[in-house]
Amino acid sequence: MRPVYMVSGGVSKFEKARPDATFQKMVKEAFDYTMGDVPRLKPSMIEGSVGSYFSDHFTRQLMAGIMATDYLGMCPKPNKRIEGGGATGGLCFQAAWESVASGRMDVCLAFGFETMSHVQTWKGNEFIALASDVNFDYPVGGFYSGYYAMMVNRHIHEFGTTVEQMAMVSVKNHMNAYNNPYAQKRKRLTIQDVRNSEMVAYPLTLLDICVMSDGAAACILASEEAAFRLTDRPVKITGVGTGTDMMRMADRPHGEVILAPNEKKSDYKKLKYPGVHSFRAGRSAGLQAYKMAGITDPVREIDFVELHDAYTSSEIQTYEDLALCKYGEGGKFVEEGHPFMPQIEYGLKLKTKGTIPVNPSGGLIACGHPVGATGLMQAVFAFWQIQGTIKKHYGSPELQLKKANRGLIHSHAGTGTYVTVSILERGW
Amino acid sequence: MAKNDPKAKNPPRRNPAAKLEEVMTGTTVFNIPFPKDLNTLKSMSPIVIKHPYYVEYIHSYGQDSPFFAGLANRKLLGTRCGRCDYTYATPRLHCTRCGKETKWVELPQEGRVHTFTTCYFGSEEFLKETPFHLVLVEFDGVDTLLLARLIGVEGPEDIRIGMKIRAKFRRNSQLKPTDVYFVPVG
Repeated sequence: MRPVYMVSGGVSKFEKARPDATFQKMVKEAFDYTMGDVPRLKPSMIEGSVGSYFSDHFTRQLMAGIMATDYLGMCPKPNKRIEGGGATGGLCFQAAWESVASGRMDVCLAFGFETMSHVQTWKGNEFIALASDVNFDYPVGGFYSGYYAMMVNRHIHEFGTTVEQMAMVSVKNHMNAYNNPYAQKRKRLTIQDVRNSEMVAYPLTLLDICVMSDGAAACILASEEAAFRLTDRPVKITGVGTGTDMMRMADRPHGEVILAPNEKKSDYKKLKYPGVHSFRAGRSAGLQAYKMAGITDPVREIDFVELHDAYTSSEIQTYEDLALCKYGEGGKFVEEGHPFMPQIEYGLKLKTKGTIPVNPSGGLIACGHPVGATGLMQAVFAFWQIQGTIKKHYGSPELQLKKANRGLIHSHAGTGTYVTVSILERGW
Repeated sequence: MAKNDPKAKNPPRRNPAAKLEEVMTGTTVFNIPFPKDLNTLKSMSPIVIKHPYYVEYIHSYGQDSPFFAGLANRKLLGTRCGRCDYTYATPRLHCTRCGKETKWVELPQEGRVHTFTTCYFGSEEFLKETPFHLVLVEFDGVDTLLLARLIGVEGPEDIRIGMKIRAKFRRNSQLKPTDVYFVPVG
């Protein structure tokens, strides 16, 4: 495998609904922004593309991937569709990485989109719930917020995590998004606002849960030689990992923790793992990516994280999977302030801030979650953060981290069935 | 203002963010105005139409079918691996650990709540049933769990992890996994 770099990215503004545009047009917006940011790149230099969208039900259009490809003028070059639930975008990013790492392409485009406004919210929830076993799970009352609520209730039982700790994730991510013009929800909230909003699936309230969106995102990945030809500030992809787990939550094993380099067996004497409280796929993906990037102490060696916070609870669970803290310490990790941005005022009493900022962009909870675009959106926001170009792209510098040499992006599907982790680093 | 003014104690409950829920009913349109000046055509967008989509599937439960025959006969069936003895509460006809074909076994009809939630919203298909309670059930001597509905409780405050629950069956089988549901014991 040869080194792979990201040279550009673009995101359409995520909205509740984009009736003014079809999915092709939204992809075109993200693509044109991407091209505009690297003037030396001409469309003819892109040797092929990978496209991602989650649900054929939302699009009601089979082979939508080729329709976006032809709209972008990328025919007759290679293209394929990548799909894996909520991790669709993350898998697409890694598929583009594979295309370049293998030597098949020198420059590869990754694009993703979702058009979730084409049905009412509760029908959308039904479509999403079809990503659970239709023999045994979906017919019992298929609802992803219900599934995540069950998982966090077990997390609360095992570790004493609190709903206030979960609410702090919501306050953090909405507040971060306040300065991100691409975000769908830019709000100053309090813990009480989160707890007082409508109960959706106990204990998850409306503000613990991400929203459905229309949107698109695009990334350009390139070989080392092409990357430095195209930009002075390419970002190197130094680690990729992909984990999986049983589709049915009920089938998850109750065994031993897969240990991170900074953990010991004696840390988890009584814990049955992963059960339904943790995501084994996330741990697996993280450890693969850490090994490849040579990371042994993630919280010290990574500067920031963009992770898949479809739920406030899953952000806390993911801190643990990624070994930013030990299993069981995720609630305390946020309560103490570690994942907050150092320069943002949240209206919370925090012991510390900025140990490792998580979701500086606002994450899925505030930016929105147009599924096929989400994992690529994280790549774009992380790319700008590492390049130091947040001010240029957001129009204001508030969210630019002083030290952003190495970032982690994390995309997550199902109840933890597919998880991707990719490590991005300053490449120049 | 008088001290006893009831308005002072109970401020008017006004919600500026109130809005009607969107509905999918409306008027059918058979023609649409068109401008003479073609340069203004872009302002004719977006045109949004309703497109119903109804499908009847011929859904086979395949190798899982005996589970549903069991429910119709008040039996809760799981599977057990003949090689490694791993026992599945949600049946799986090949062992995920060793690959060997499993055998059908009858599960105990009493178990415990492994975890739970109460859904106040849901997918469209289940919206009319809200609020409903979901539980993952654990059984003695069984390695995996079973997703089911719990009834006989009012809210999440009535449910505890570890609490004993018992299976009940619909008399008229629907051949759905909801033919079995659970109630609190005692």
